[in-house]
Amino acid sequence: MSLATTQSIAEIRARNKELIEEVLKVYPEKTAKRRAKHLNVHQTGKSDCGVKSNIKSIPGVMTIRGCAYAGSKGVVWGPIKDMVHISHGPVGCGQYSWGSRRNYYVGTTGIDSFVTLQFTSDFQEKDIVFGGDKKLGKILDEIQELFPLNNGITIQSECPIGLIGDDIEAVSRAKSKEYGGKTIVPVRCEGFRGVSQSLGHHIANDAVRDWIFDQLESDGKPKFEPTPYDVAIIGDYNIGGDAWSSRILLEEMGLRVIAQWSGDGSLAELEATPKAKLNILHCYRSMNYISRHMEEKFGIPWCEYNFFGPSKIAESLRKIAGYFDDKIKEGAERVIEKYQALVNAVIAKYRPRLEGKTVMLYVGGLRPRHVIGAYEDLGMEVIGTGYEFGHNDDYQRTAQHYVKDSTLIYDDVNGYEFERFVEKLQPDLVGSGIKEKYIFQKMGVPFRQMHSWDYSGPYHGYDGFAIFARDMDMAINSPVWKKTKAPWKEASRAKLLAAE
Amino acid sequence: MAQSAEHVLDHLELFRGPEYQQMLAKKKMFENPRDPAEVERIKEWTKTAEYREKNFAREALAVNPAKACQPLGAVFASVGFEGTLPFVHGSQGCVAYYRSHLSRHFKEPSSCVSSSMTEDAAVFGGLNNMIDGLANSYNMYKPKMIAVSTTCMAEVIGDDLNAFIKTSKEKGSVPADFDVPFAHTPAFVGSHVTGYDNALKGILEHFWDGKAGTAPKLERKQNGAINIIGGFDGYTVGNLREIKRILALMGIQHTILADNSEVFDTPTDGEFRMYDGGTTLEDAANAVHAKATISMQQWCTEKTLPYVAGHGQDVVSFNYPVGLSATDDFIVALSRISGNEIPEQLARERGRLVDAIADSSAHIHGKKFAIYGDPDLCYGLAAFLLELGAEPTHVLSTNGNKAWHEKMKVLLASSPFGQGCQAYPGRDLWHMRSLLFTEPVDFLIGNTYGKYLERDTGTPLIRIGFPVFDRHHHHRSPLWGYQGGLNVLVKILDKIFDEIDKKTNVLGKTDYSFDIIR
Repeated sequence: MSLATTQSIAEIRARNKELIEEVLKVYPEKTAKRRAKHLNVHQTGKSDCGVKSNIKSIPGVMTIRGCAYAGSKGVVWGPIKDMVHISHGPVGCGQYSWGSRRNYYVGTTGIDSFVTLQFTSDFQEKDIVFGGDKKLGKILDEIQELFPLNNGITIQSECPIGLIGDDIEAVSRAKSKEYGGKTIVPVRCEGFRGVSQSLGHHIANDAVRDWIFDQLESDGKPKFEPTPYDVAIIGDYNIGGDAWSSRILLEEMGLRVIAQWSGDGSLAELEATPKAKLNILHCYRSMNYISRHMEEKFGIPWCEYNFFGPSKIAESLRKIAGYFDDKIKEGAERVIEKYQALVNAVIAKYRPRLEGKTVMLYVGGLRPRHVIGAYEDLGMEVIGTGYEFGHNDDYQRTAQHYVKDSTLIYDDVNGYEFERFVEKLQPDLVGSGIKEKYIFQKMGVPFRQMHSWDYSGPYHGYDGFAIFARDMDMAINSPVWKKTKAPWKEASRAKLLAAE
Repeated sequence: MAQSAEHVLDHLELFRGPEYQQMLAKKKMFENPRDPAEVERIKEWTKTAEYREKNFAREALAVNPAKACQPLGAVFASVGFEGTLPFVHGSQGCVAYYRSHLSRHFKEPSSCVSSSMTEDAAVFGGLNNMIDGLANSYNMYKPKMIAVSTTCMAEVIGDDLNAFIKTSKEKGSVPADFDVPFAHTPAFVGSHVTGYDNALKGILEHFWDGKAGTAPKLERKQNGAINIIGGFDGYTVGNLREIKRILALMGIQHTILADNSEVFDTPTDGEFRMYDGGTTLEDAANAVHAKATISMQQWCTEKTLPYVAGHGQDVVSFNYPVGLSATDDFIVALSRISGNEIPEQLARERGRLVDAIADSSAHIHGKKFAIYGDPDLCYGLAAFLLELGAEPTHVLSTNGNKAWHEKMKVLLASSPFGQGCQAYPGRDLWHMRSLLFTEPVDFLIGNTYGKYLERDTGTPLIRIGFPVFDRHHHHRSPLWGYQGGLNVLVKILDKIFDEIDKKTNVLGKTDYSFDIIR
């Protein structure tokens, strides 16, 4: 169906290069020069994708990126369920990020769990003028009184905090002392810091290090007996239950998961993680920092894994097992064997419906590369991909382990570029976010949100793969896509009206 | 293993099975969980009058507020003009949030750009971001107008939009005569309705008062037209279309200011329309000549309406007119201002709404409701409930101010059904939680976030408000006009009947009262 399947690699390469040139023409010269560095056609054998990344977005282009606050509150800290996370500053940031990421958890919301509540200091003009530290102190008191079962509090800074010179660290220290050593974590994740969500992840990781790990008593004993098989899941936000459909596999192979970072996670799990024998890291981008720190400080090795699609799941289970004894290695084989029938059935059902279909991705974190294997397990081909806030190490991993020759690569893509690329390459499916979803659907292109799983999920693990396959099938093969043209109008290719 | 290819289980069912339930139970030991008895005790305590008192004594903390920040409203208003690209000066993450928020409600694309200010701009100001940003937006997205607003970051550092836009034009970012209206929209003042007001006023000022000193001010030559301002409204698509239909029926020459009813409802036909419909820039300018301007939402136009009045127009404002009397007032005002007669068709539509109310009144009469939302919506819904003989027991508006409170008190005092009802300005949904526990009502009216209150307190939720993320397409049906009143009535009735059925559908227990005729 798609152009890609009928062309040679050389032809595809030439077409993609031409497409990049064409897209760059819209820009003023200075912008064209800057954007050119973020767009490329991947060449097999290269160590990275040949694009610049983690650089400031260009004003006015409609970047899809978010901010450091989104990376800290929205991604890393927000899912820790037994802590109260204050969106510190004006009301909007907390409001727009309220409950939208579907970080599933088990708990009694509002009593001992707080993930889907919106706590904010709702800054007014006087707080900007006179500073918000007094108000913050009062807020902490009010939280203590009205939510007495919270196990800790974090302060997620919005833009004004860093601009008006508030000392949230001093307030945190004083209040922590007042409440008898309660964990209170000030996070300097003001939205203007850095170039995307990414710095927010890093700042959030550092806050765990400084305000949780460094506060642990050195002889602190975990509340459970350690075993040689204790691992921590790092970088799984339990979107739609992803961490649960991962945890079940790890436990079935004989490991014991002592902590989840941070989906369905708790303060106690964060604190216990230095006792893990291995940290297993799913979202490298958002949590490599704390993994490296634990390696340096506590000597805990970490290993990356990928639980999207049976090929990568099996590879990852064996890789993780490689850190343990034969009992676990056998466990991994047993798990792979156990789920083989399910995998076969899912592929038998869905692959014939999806074989040869092409996909273009644009997502954040680990997904621009991690999900490629799952598509390939279903016979699909990813013909373009890019990171919202990746760094070069992400593009290295992508180049070395995931993408095929001549794949179109677009870093920090913007609305205009992405629409043009899709319009020209005519993929059978686009996987991106809520801001992109309706644009491409209007163009008649099937779409799945690949941040939120389009309110489905989990997609991790074997159980998740069945859901992934079902969802991709229902997106691509929905009868609606054959009906986008009125029968009395001539069928034409998807196109966009803007910027023609 | 519960999962299978034949019947794929997703999160709705997958985790309910024994394997996952056992796994989750085992996970508890690592969580340092609270004693379940203690959780139960606190849970019950939060339902008490004592907790309510402490809750209402809060001075600093907001929990689940029902309001957003100014630039969201500015973006919403800006896309109501032909070919207009909203440009928000400040941090870029904010724009990602506004776009997501609007898309999640309308299930539509939401186009908006940011000037992507970062740390250096925080130190040196965002002038260069404005210069580059306007040039890029203009070249890439070919807008007819770029409407600038601000995030709190740009406001805290004090960037001067007027000067920045002027400089950008001098540097050739956009042509000198290209329309770049602007509004300062600090997030730490007011809410999204304030941002709507500021942005709309900024756009009108631009066209009417000499385009920031670059053109002569328009001289008003009164004509017979009426301007209509919808205000920030999650039902803008259905409502503005209904208003236009009514105006056409009455033969009134009109301009809808900020008509975003098309851009938030484009067809899926193979084309992505980044811009669609909207008030033409010519109409926006000519709106100065109108005889009068009607605001459908007083608290969305607190600055705009006096500004319009200052240009010599009659101004009238409503508070989200829903139902019989409010629609009557609106129609009569249209007739009075235009001098046009009210056509028989509208009298018939009115009669149908009266008919529907009469048919169903027995089921609504005396029922108690809690309402929360934007100040005008709250007022409009409360007024409708009163005329249905229902009691709007708690009316809560996080972004309602003192004047709103006074006006609500007058409304409630005006009806026997309003006795014992109270309005709560500046309160949030955690306050509402206490109200629902300590003074229970039969139904709750609010946006999607009300589902947490429905779960916690058992009060059935009728979804009317913004945002509604978890129900689809309701924004396409009007709440205004007699037809809109009928839609609201049906929404309420459906919930009432569903609840009656739910309470009487236990086989072997309530085989009585489970009636097929109601």
